[in-house]
Amino acid sequence: MQTARASLPRAAAAHAVLLAYTLIALFPVFVIVINAFKERRAIFNSPLALPGPETFSTIGFETVMSQGNFLLYFQNSFIVTLVSLFCVLLFGAMAAFALSEYKFRGNLLMGLYLALGIMIPIRLGTVAILQLMVATGLVNTLTALILVYTAQGLPLAIFILSEFMRTVSDDLKNAGRVDGLSEYRIFFTLVLPLVRPAMATVAVFTMIPIWNDLWFPLILAPAESTKTVTLGAQVFIGQFVTNWNAVLAALTLAIIPVLVLYLIFSRQLIRGITAGAVK
Amino acid sequence: MTAMDPGPKRARRWHIAVFLAPAVLVYTAIMIFPLFATLFQSLFTRVEGQQVFVGLRNFTTLFGDPRWSASFWNALWNNTWFFIVHMLVQNPIGILLAAILSNPRLRFRGFYRTAIFIPTILSFVIVGFVWKLILSPLWGIAPSMLDMVGLRFLFGPWLGQETTALTTLALISVWQFVGIPMMLIYAALLSIPDEVIEAAECDGITGWSQFWKIQLPLVLPTIGIISILTFVGNFNAFDLVYVSQGAQAGPNYGTDLLGTFLYRTFFGFQLQLGDPNMGATIASVMFFIILIGVSIYLFLIQTRLRRYQF
Repeated sequence: MQTARASLPRAAAAHAVLLAYTLIALFPVFVIVINAFKERRAIFNSPLALPGPETFSTIGFETVMSQGNFLLYFQNSFIVTLVSLFCVLLFGAMAAFALSEYKFRGNLLMGLYLALGIMIPIRLGTVAILQLMVATGLVNTLTALILVYTAQGLPLAIFILSEFMRTVSDDLKNAGRVDGLSEYRIFFTLVLPLVRPAMATVAVFTMIPIWNDLWFPLILAPAESTKTVTLGAQVFIGQFVTNWNAVLAALTLAIIPVLVLYLIFSRQLIRGITAGAVK
Repeated sequence: MTAMDPGPKRARRWHIAVFLAPAVLVYTAIMIFPLFATLFQSLFTRVEGQQVFVGLRNFTTLFGDPRWSASFWNALWNNTWFFIVHMLVQNPIGILLAAILSNPRLRFRGFYRTAIFIPTILSFVIVGFVWKLILSPLWGIAPSMLDMVGLRFLFGPWLGQETTALTTLALISVWQFVGIPMMLIYAALLSIPDEVIEAAECDGITGWSQFWKIQLPLVLPTIGIISILTFVGNFNAFDLVYVSQGAQAGPNYGTDLLGTFLYRTFFGFQLQLGDPNMGATIASVMFFIILIGVSIYLFLIQTRLRRYQF
């Protein structure tokens, strides 16, 4: 029982390390959020204190709401993220099905071609992407962002989904074929429902970089009407840099939605990472 | 692999093309084509509104012309240092946290995992400004916290000094992304079968020596993947520097990375006009750097790592 005796101090040490790092990870976010709800003097005099009845103030949020178009930015971000996500999942699953289900000439080559984008970042083609969008009149439209993010998300989605689709039983698909189902029906009604957990994992991985991206909104859609939250917050904070209440409130508004989404999906995300590596 | 189509043999199986078409079209048109168009444009220059073929002259300008080369080598060196800091700080911390978390008897594992991963989901805009505020000498959170532990004298305007700004930014980026190596290694550690660990315990190998001798060698392939992901991510980085230091990557270009250099060259800044051809040249150099890194990993490192099948 040597391990049992040794385990108490070791567990204490483990908790100490993890707790210390959790503090490092959460402290900056915590400081921003509590100070967003304080009046200006309290922000500077006692930055680490929680907002009390005397120091509580929402003046920062009022400034953000009256000066910035944050509702519009949120709407843009939601549209771009959801439509791109839908396209990545649908097109990705279709291509993954073709690659994992059928033997055809060039199958392996096609798989490698589509996997190229996992390692080479799409940003390096920005010069030509911008020219393409200018030529097609898509600059300052959400469509431009949706197209770019769809292309960006596809390689990893196809890679992960085709791994999962190989595990779907052949008997099931063949039974469907015997019953006279078309290949499309087999895909949409038999295979897709079975790979739903994998789709959820891909969705979370695809969503976070799209929501957080600054580069493409800055280059392809910087107009006021097409700004995403990430770009909008960046511009707003740049303009209001001396108004600490407004800056802290804008940051808090940008943090909260992602945080809520993460807490909802965190189990899915962690399960996805673990399943992908264990495989 | 999968069984062949058992139904009646069709001369052409159009459904394969239909399944592949949307993904291949979007991917080719928006990603592959622009990538190669960009590589192609680096061979041209604009003279009086006309594109003129100049071969590799843009590259010799970038590497040799004093107006360009100083900025380029500065950005390349900064980028390399940025990567080194990640490899030396982010990945060891990630491995350490994962090793502690993977102990099945530990309580509150889910809480720690969720909490430590939170910075990773935040956008660069949030991360950049949050740290800018916290490290700001104006607000004084960082100095007063250092004061509490008696280290006040260590404080300086870290993001504003040429000598410390880049390392500070790299450490902020480490803070943000430590969750990724932690999660991947954690997953790899969980996949080691219990029998292997029990066999080690029977041989009297426990605690840290068990980690060094048994677990670490088994997760080396994952560490390889993390290294190449870090490499690609770092040599493509832009957002954090742009958000916290601006496109000028101050102080005095001390935090200029290839990404910010590309942005300034392509779009221009202040009095300098944007130059798409030189921008394409820098993007091509970044492309080749990443390609070389990925090739080294695929052909030299990955083939030599022993994979263990359980």
